[in-house]
Amino acid sequence: MVLADELAKQQRSISVAEFFEKNKHLLGFDSPTRGVITTIKEAVDNALDACEEAQVLPDIFISIKKISSDIFRIIVEDNGPGIIPAQVPFVFGKLLYGSRFHQIRQTRGQQGIGISAAVLYAQLTSGVPTVIISRTGAKEPAYRCEIQIKIETNEPDIIAQQPFEWDRIHGTRVQIEFKSTMSAKKKLLEYLRYTSIVNPHARFRVELDDESFTFDRVSHEIIACPVAIQPHPHGIEFGQLKRMAAASDLKVHEFLVEGFSRVGKKIAQEICDKAGLKSTRKTKDLSPDELKALLGAMQAVAVPAPPTTQCLSPIGEDLIRRGLDKEFQMDFVAARTRPSSVFSGHPFMIEAAIGYGGKLPPEGNAIILRFANRVPLMYQQGACAITSCISNVNWKSYNISQQGLPTGPILILVHVASTNVPFTSESKDAIASIPEIEKEIVLALQDLGRDLKLFVSRRDKNKVAEDRARAVCAIIPEIAAKVSEIVEKPLVDTSPIEGRLMRKLIAKKWTHDGKVTIELNNYTAHEGEISLYDISHDTAEDALPKADFVSEMDGQYTKVWKAVILPQTVWHVSYTGKGGGLLEIRGIDDNKKMVVDLDV
Amino acid sequence: MSKEELEKKSMEALLRIATSWYDQMKAGEIPSISLPTRTKYNIEFDDTSEVWKYGDKESMRTAASAKSATHLLKMAYVIGFVKQQLLENRSSTLREMYYISEGWKRAKFGAQEESNFLIEDLEIISEVPREGFHLHPEENGASIYGPMKIREETRRGMRAIHCQDDVGQAGYTIPNNVENIEFVEHDAQFVIALETGGMYDRLIENGFDEEYNAILVHLKGQPARSTRRMLNKISSNWNLPVLVFTDGDPWSYRIFASVAYGAIKSAHMSELLATPKAQFLGLQPSDIRDYNLPSDKLTDKDVEALNAELTDPRFATEYWKKQINLQIELGLKSEQQAFAARGLDFVTKTYLPARLSEMGVI
Repeated sequence: MVLADELAKQQRSISVAEFFEKNKHLLGFDSPTRGVITTIKEAVDNALDACEEAQVLPDIFISIKKISSDIFRIIVEDNGPGIIPAQVPFVFGKLLYGSRFHQIRQTRGQQGIGISAAVLYAQLTSGVPTVIISRTGAKEPAYRCEIQIKIETNEPDIIAQQPFEWDRIHGTRVQIEFKSTMSAKKKLLEYLRYTSIVNPHARFRVELDDESFTFDRVSHEIIACPVAIQPHPHGIEFGQLKRMAAASDLKVHEFLVEGFSRVGKKIAQEICDKAGLKSTRKTKDLSPDELKALLGAMQAVAVPAPPTTQCLSPIGEDLIRRGLDKEFQMDFVAARTRPSSVFSGHPFMIEAAIGYGGKLPPEGNAIILRFANRVPLMYQQGACAITSCISNVNWKSYNISQQGLPTGPILILVHVASTNVPFTSESKDAIASIPEIEKEIVLALQDLGRDLKLFVSRRDKNKVAEDRARAVCAIIPEIAAKVSEIVEKPLVDTSPIEGRLMRKLIAKKWTHDGKVTIELNNYTAHEGEISLYDISHDTAEDALPKADFVSEMDGQYTKVWKAVILPQTVWHVSYTGKGGGLLEIRGIDDNKKMVVDLDV
Repeated sequence: MSKEELEKKSMEALLRIATSWYDQMKAGEIPSISLPTRTKYNIEFDDTSEVWKYGDKESMRTAASAKSATHLLKMAYVIGFVKQQLLENRSSTLREMYYISEGWKRAKFGAQEESNFLIEDLEIISEVPREGFHLHPEENGASIYGPMKIREETRRGMRAIHCQDDVGQAGYTIPNNVENIEFVEHDAQFVIALETGGMYDRLIENGFDEEYNAILVHLKGQPARSTRRMLNKISSNWNLPVLVFTDGDPWSYRIFASVAYGAIKSAHMSELLATPKAQFLGLQPSDIRDYNLPSDKLTDKDVEALNAELTDPRFATEYWKKQINLQIELGLKSEQQAFAARGLDFVTKTYLPARLSEMGVI
């Protein structure tokens, strides 16, 4: 008894804030470097969500400034709806306070820990209170508020709050100072770049010390704000049911029909029967055991899948492609939005995209972009279900090399949108392994793999043809010249090889002794009525025949000749010049023509 | 084969290649050439000549892609260059040819290896060694010291040289082109090829060549073509035993193997370059044990190389299996100069006489 008394003296409740102070890693504040990214991420998530709710195109300004050796000032400013002065202390100064936690729809932030965790982190490392300026409309004044959190009670501590002269009509500005480093600069820019890809309607301006960056919007369409839905009987847990029941004045069958999605009178009756409850009983009078029976029945009875169209907000194939195009220069991009699906009563939707070639690094593992509800996942790539799905796809069957992950100039994007994204931990870095989700991801990737295979094989085919044309038109004639010289015989004519092999209209351009010659050989069986476009620094004033049309732009001359070339005949033009530039034939199918610059 | 015959043969072979391309193009065909596949999977042991040669796998090179066409173009330029060289009786090193190719525009070589590789291709197709093209390698050959007399046709006339009486302390330098050497006479019992210059000098200083009538050849590490060709010629002209004396580590055993059996890079020339009668003298792993020589521990790489040699057909004899396994067991390697630990005369007075009589050479 004595020991228990002793122990009892030490036993007391722990405030959430205290808990967090000791468990920073759970929320993504385990190192000063990561702290910056987590803070910006939380602030940007909130800003985007707020703009979406207010139906405005987000304009977000981010600034990071070093103010002493290890203290950094972070500012995030948005043009969202603003927060009314009375709410500001709670939103920023109380952990686990938010508007979205109880709603069932796709949002970026969920638990309401995020931004207030940054306020707490600032308070613990720099001791400087967080400054918030917010304004809700043209008629309202802006308010400036300095806030900290009372660690023992998890209540906001308002240090100052007064009206403020602000040039913005509506929006919110957060200024946080804490201990950090800039070693995560690359990661931070990566985060913003990725965020801008999946939020193509948003613009981000960034100032990092003296450098500034802009990630512009590619779409001016405001995205529809997802609408909250009621919980689905299959996706509810006991605690939530108990809370809902306690707050309800309705009879059980009404409670089921009103409170849950996809439950009609018939299904409600079925649930009551299965649970052995009278459908007319008051829900709040049910005992815990009866509630348990009700929950069991709700999950056992067949209910149609929850509606997904309104509560989810997919980016869309076109916007994903445009977003990727903007940030990465690639030769090929394809995107897929899968039909929505459900796991444990939660609606979700998978979107994926593949990019190939261009400026992507030609070697090494594919670049992987993971997103959950339009938020980039920056850490724990290896622990994420998305990564394991990518590794599980047999990329070799799409002619892509693979060592676990696919390798080569490839970029893979996967976006998981859900009313309840299943993360592996509170820091929301990796998606948990859920069979339904994994199946959808793999299906999307396989679909894209087929598209990519088609693209690569077409491109290779063109490459082979071009390569052959170069060999036949440019190199074989040189072999012929050298070999004829060695065997001391007359120069062997290689145009029969060219004609037999190519069966095309071939344009050749070469420069010799300050004279440019363009020769068109029609090896096809048909007459070709074509326009020849020659774009270079040469004026071609003395061209024979004269060009039908010449125009100049920035010192580049576009010369156009129109000609009808009979089958098995040759047409040529020559002029004084240096050659180079671009040569093109129009008026004939792509697969019936070949252009070779012999000077290259 | 005399110098003139060799030149005639190479000129004919080169013109044959050029003519076949000329005829192909004249007939409206894309020029092509077939070459043996040059990988270690196409190397076979030839029982009659006892050397490693290319097998009969061939690959066709057709000028139908830019890469292959460029390869043929380069080959045509080299053929033209060699033809000119033969006509003018000039010669050049591979490196010089690489620089000359600077003026060949599209046919210019990207790197020295590329030109070396192309010359090897030409050697294979024409069955003429590069010396026949008047092309010689960069590195000069190693040196020889011993009771033998040769006649060398130099640019400044015919010279008769006795490799003890007419040379300095370092011996006679093997020229790049051994084909011009005439083997006049000798007074030798055997040839010892030595890996290191230190051991070569030691044997000369101790008068080993005079005492035992030995021809000493300095290999300078992995021996150059001309050094291997020289050993081949001495062995075949005078039928003398050739003994290879290297350090006692896995890499040195490979020096022996390339002298005795040929190397992958020059498998098409094995008959000319390899000396199948060459025997391994030392330093044997058992010598490390028996003479208690100063030694170093084997590294992981050494052990890996030894294990690779256990599966190499060139080392598939009882003798080598025993020695290599012993070395792995000992975990040690020694340099040939480690004998100095027992005194500077030990190697010539004790080790070599004992080892040579054990091998039945003296």
